[in-house]
Amino acid sequence: MATITYRDALRLALIEEMDRDTLVMLMGEDIGRYQGTFRVTQGLLEKYGSERVMDTPITEPGFTGIAIGAAMVGVRPVVEMMTMSFSILAFDQIFNHAAKVHYMTNGQLKVPMVIRGPSGAANQLSAQHSQSVDAWYAHVPGLKVVAPFTPQDAKGMLKSAIRDDNPVIFLEHPTLYGAKGDVSEDTEFVTPFGKAHVLKEGSDITLLAYSKMVQTCLDTAENLHQQGISAEVIDIRSLLPLDMETISSSVRKTNRAVVVYEGWRNGGFGAEIAARISEECFDYLDGPVVRVAGLNVPMPYARNLELECMPKPENILESIKKIL
Amino acid sequence: MLVTPIDISNPESPDTLLHLYKQMLYTRIYEEKCNQIYRSGKAGGYLHVYIGMEALSSGWINALKVGWDYVITAYRDHAHALALGSDPVKIFSEIMGRSTGLSRGKGGSMHLYDPQKGLYGGWGIVGGHVPLGAGLALGAKYKKEDRVVLNFLGDGASNAGVVFESLNMAKLWNLPCIFIIENNEFAMGTRLEYHASDTELHKRGMPFGMKHERLDGMDVLQTIKDAKRIINHVREYQEPYLVEIMCYRYAGHGAADNDQALYRTKDELYKAKERDPLTKLANLIIEKNIATPQQLETMQEELEEVVEEQYAEADAAPAPEAEEVYHHIYTDMEVERGH
Ligand SMILES: Cc1ncc(C[n+]2csc(CCOP(=O)(O)OP(=O)(O)O)c2C)c(N)n1
Ligand SMILES: [Mg+2]
Repeated sequence: MATITYRDALRLALIEEMDRDTLVMLMGEDIGRYQGTFRVTQGLLEKYGSERVMDTPITEPGFTGIAIGAAMVGVRPVVEMMTMSFSILAFDQIFNHAAKVHYMTNGQLKVPMVIRGPSGAANQLSAQHSQSVDAWYAHVPGLKVVAPFTPQDAKGMLKSAIRDDNPVIFLEHPTLYGAKGDVSEDTEFVTPFGKAHVLKEGSDITLLAYSKMVQTCLDTAENLHQQGISAEVIDIRSLLPLDMETISSSVRKTNRAVVVYEGWRNGGFGAEIAARISEECFDYLDGPVVRVAGLNVPMPYARNLELECMPKPENILESIKKIL
Repeated sequence: MLVTPIDISNPESPDTLLHLYKQMLYTRIYEEKCNQIYRSGKAGGYLHVYIGMEALSSGWINALKVGWDYVITAYRDHAHALALGSDPVKIFSEIMGRSTGLSRGKGGSMHLYDPQKGLYGGWGIVGGHVPLGAGLALGAKYKKEDRVVLNFLGDGASNAGVVFESLNMAKLWNLPCIFIIENNEFAMGTRLEYHASDTELHKRGMPFGMKHERLDGMDVLQTIKDAKRIINHVREYQEPYLVEIMCYRYAGHGAADNDQALYRTKDELYKAKERDPLTKLANLIIEKNIATPQQLETMQEELEEVVEEQYAEADAAPAPEAEEVYHHIYTDMEVERGH
């Protein structure tokens, strides 16, 4: 184990996988000479050369499509979106092409690629740069979608993503890059998809989240603990596939569930989780499954308004009063 | 005051030269203050200044019918707003996310809008506003108004697919739109020659049968001449135009870019500064005995004071009310509230 940042954990995964398999290569804007906007790819151009670390023009649909084509003939591209807000430009390539290749060819072709980058709001990036894209991608059959919270998972899940033969959307969070944690140094260590992680055990209520919102849940659990309420915190980390087994067994134990997500409340991925809990655990629930999410508004620039939009522990505490 | 658009019917007259210099110098001081505001933590997100490119905004925007013609650009938008005569206090306020800002703090530095002055943004997605600019021109033509659109974009943006699509339609439908590629030689940390297969970006008008030129953007008087000629042409003949304007970005990409050593040497920057459009104009003014170096220095000190006062006024304003987060999502309905 080594204690490193989320950013360094991601880079370590890239290095280990590029060393293991020469078909793994990187593409993206400013990832080479400029060392990556969030420095995830720092030093990699120098280490692997410009054939394996390709700086692209600002042409998301174009280079995503080129990566899909290369993946169809066996290359394993890892595409960096400078931020996932820009992946919106490549939606057609991802939804309408990457996600459907395997199906339309009846399994004759596959698309072993990863699209990774920061998703979610950071420090006043405002309306066009603060998108949470989880719900959009997790809606699409043919894609896998993961959103790690810990540095350990950042590494382990990126390695799984690179080894996966399907297109994987890998959601990082701009505010997590500097977060530190213990990370395995074993080059064969991977975090499998479809397994949620119980980060804190508890008996009275289950708090569910992924990416940065896991921290918000941990903070809330701390607060609840002081009130004598024992909260279980689950890091969902893999949205598609989703580990309903871990989620259901927790809710059957605590009888109360709260799903927290950063994106817009209306139609968010947390709504899907809430619906599944209602279906699978109805007889065990002591109250409705509660959703706590971002306000249904485009992200404003002013700091106070931005904070207003994001789910905070006090919003969770307020929302769960009705089921506690 | 001095940032209002300038009458350039006689650009070489002593008065106009001084006025132009004042506007460009003011813009530079304003932008330096913006960088400082960002570093002091009073602005967040991304903030991009126009330092080194002032001849471009002053040259082109003064050649417009300000308030009638349309201007649209990306996130490096302060200079355009200032040249159009937007209230500098409101721009500072917007940059600091205050209730007195152009959009009451909803937009920020990258998203300045002032439609009264003809400013239609202020956009953050590279290339994304370029079809909107063509659309403004379509709107003007459709309504039979003789407006011209200045559609500014970066060299990096010129690679975006949507830009090529816009160029094709603009010529297909002969829209009165001038696509102005501000070629400052960089797209963030990527140099021109690493992002464009042919670095003569003006040629991108060629396949669409669009008139296209590469022009110098470091000499404001030359820029004014070019701008007048091209704007007149587009207004009269109702067809689009593509110009690539050679300039240089003296500042980092954004106020948060502390790694310029990754993409250029100090020597290169130093050399580029020898072409500084402000110095060039100052030299001309001194040569022609219109003002002495001391007078220009006094002007600078006065402008610095003005900018400080404008900043102080903006900084005294309160943040928007929390309730405002829900305002203006729709024209006629509310969203469901709460987390
Ligand atoms: C679609 C999209 N991709 C990436 C970015 C991130 N980004 C912001 S500015 C920029 C460079 C643009 O360079 P250029 O068009 O030359 O304009 P300049 O900054 O030089 O004015 C990049 C890559 C973005 N905002 N939008
Ligand atoms: Mg540029």
